[in-house]
Amino acid sequence: MANVTLRNVRKVYPGGFEAIKGIDFEVGDGQFCVLVGPSGCGKSTLLRMVAGLETISSGEIDIGGRIVNAIEPAERDIAMVFQNYALYPHMSVYNNMAYGLRNRRVPENEIKTRVEDAARILELGTMLERKPRQLSGGQRQRVAMGRAIVRQPKVFLFDEPLSNLDAKLRIAMRVEIRKLQRRLATTAIYVTHDQLEAMTLADILVVMNGGKVEQIGNPLEIYQKPATTFVASFIGAPPMNLMPIEAVRAQLHGADAVPAEAGQLGIRPEDFELGDTVPAGGIGLDLRVDAIEHVGAETYVYGARQDVGHNDSLSATANDVIVRLPGTTAPDIGSRIRAVAPRTKLHMFSADGRQRLAV
Amino acid sequence: MVEHRPLRDLVAYLVLSLGVVIFAFPVYVAFVASTYDAATVVSGNLPLVPGGRMLENYYRAVFVGGSRFMNQPVGVLLANSFITAIGIALGKIFISILSAFAIVYFRFPFRKTAFWIIFITLMLPVEVRIYPTYKIVADLRMLDTYAGLILPLIASATGTLLFRQFFMTIPDELLEASRIDGAGPLRFFWDTLLPLSMTTVAALFVIQFIYGWNQYLWPLLITTKDSMQTIVIGIKKMLTTTDELAEWQLAMATAVLAMLPPVAVVVFMQRLFVKGLVETEK
Repeated sequence: MANVTLRNVRKVYPGGFEAIKGIDFEVGDGQFCVLVGPSGCGKSTLLRMVAGLETISSGEIDIGGRIVNAIEPAERDIAMVFQNYALYPHMSVYNNMAYGLRNRRVPENEIKTRVEDAARILELGTMLERKPRQLSGGQRQRVAMGRAIVRQPKVFLFDEPLSNLDAKLRIAMRVEIRKLQRRLATTAIYVTHDQLEAMTLADILVVMNGGKVEQIGNPLEIYQKPATTFVASFIGAPPMNLMPIEAVRAQLHGADAVPAEAGQLGIRPEDFELGDTVPAGGIGLDLRVDAIEHVGAETYVYGARQDVGHNDSLSATANDVIVRLPGTTAPDIGSRIRAVAPRTKLHMFSADGRQRLAV
Repeated sequence: MVEHRPLRDLVAYLVLSLGVVIFAFPVYVAFVASTYDAATVVSGNLPLVPGGRMLENYYRAVFVGGSRFMNQPVGVLLANSFITAIGIALGKIFISILSAFAIVYFRFPFRKTAFWIIFITLMLPVEVRIYPTYKIVADLRMLDTYAGLILPLIASATGTLLFRQFFMTIPDELLEASRIDGAGPLRFFWDTLLPLSMTTVAALFVIQFIYGWNQYLWPLLITTKDSMQTIVIGIKKMLTTTDELAEWQLAMATAVLAMLPPVAVVVFMQRLFVKGLVETEK
């Protein structure tokens, strides 16, 4: 049972490359914290620093009231689940789970109880004598989980544990991990690049980019009020439509109410609907339907804006707008539609995208 | 794609059989020669079927010894060769697995330098450094000892390189998992690295055993006592005569005997290889 606190943590590699540029956050006891970000954003490095596998250049990491900067991984009271599971190939499932305990000189009968408990929870009971190579990907994943559970650590660390599984299994394991963590009430830090995984698992979501934290908060809050354009486009699929404010000023109802500092405007695809009348303070865009994606319960329409002149110096992406429609009904490709969104659904950001503005 | 073409199979078998005959025939002739008396062998008209003196020749070779130039029985020579070959194989495995472990898993000053120095010794086989090596061994009073036969041949880079390449294919996460599981460096080596290296160890053992067994120049140089000679030297010495008939039948019997241990090692270790290849998964 432990809080994990990071205070101004930095990682500078010998070559001078600064991978982590000063990070502060706190994970409360029993909370599930997810670090999410694109490849190379430093999320794995940060997790490995918590684990003790990477040195900390400056700052402090505190696990359960103890500063662990100079403490060996084995002494930090953590357990880690690796992306490739890192099971010992030559050991049976039982020994894989028991190994860490044996190194800690836990009595053999205690080891047996713990391993069998973990095996029961993870439904590995019949496989204890097998070698990892005789297991499927999902089973190996569970053995890796079991190895973490038997340790009864203060903190679980997960480094993209599901990315080697197929899509269906990934969703099933995601639910299992969450249930398990709730049941054991152990603090967890989980790294993923999959924003859906991040949204569904997290109590606290930490969105990272370029070695820095972009936003910390609960997932829905982050979804509803992204602090920067990076977060806005990273969280949510398909991503939020972002347009320069100049390109939509004419389409914005009550454009005068736009804050002076506003540089960019964002609207989530699901916040559009088809209609002729623009709600007060809202926005209405004329689109030509370029492509349609049916995903079953909903339909994504990829449209190109028709209400901006060809001379407008807009990047191609700013001209493209994604609209989510419910169900399977969709306009024909090539047809014209008018997508409208109310004022409350608009997101405004400063020109550099670093700051969210009140609408 | 599996095709069944009888003609092609036939040709393949013919070619392979021809190869087997070419390689096996001299061995067979040696075996046949070891079953006749000296006069028949030397006459030049060696029959192609084994003769009747096999038991007698082998008995003499193993327990009695040959002419006055070769007064050690083959049993002693075999034992010497065996100790030397095993010593070289095990010593080399021990040294190279430890040095590879250090080079791959530890960060220490001049790590790269150490690696390159080891690497450069590849260019210096025993034959090249024979004088300095002899001088050192002689100064250490290791002439005519097993240590003198074994130690200079242990030092070489091949094993280190082999293990280094293998260790580099082991995922780093395995080391990290061990660290989190509370295993120190030696525990990681013993509990994880060594079990995973068993097939490489077996491969190196076979190669080095045969290398040690077949050593000729080095044992010839540093052994002067007959009782310390290896079997390869023994065969040569058996044929060194002045005015009497060389005992070819004993030399051939010895040669056949000398072939058996390497063959046994290969046959036995091959099973381990195959087993290892099928089972290993990193």
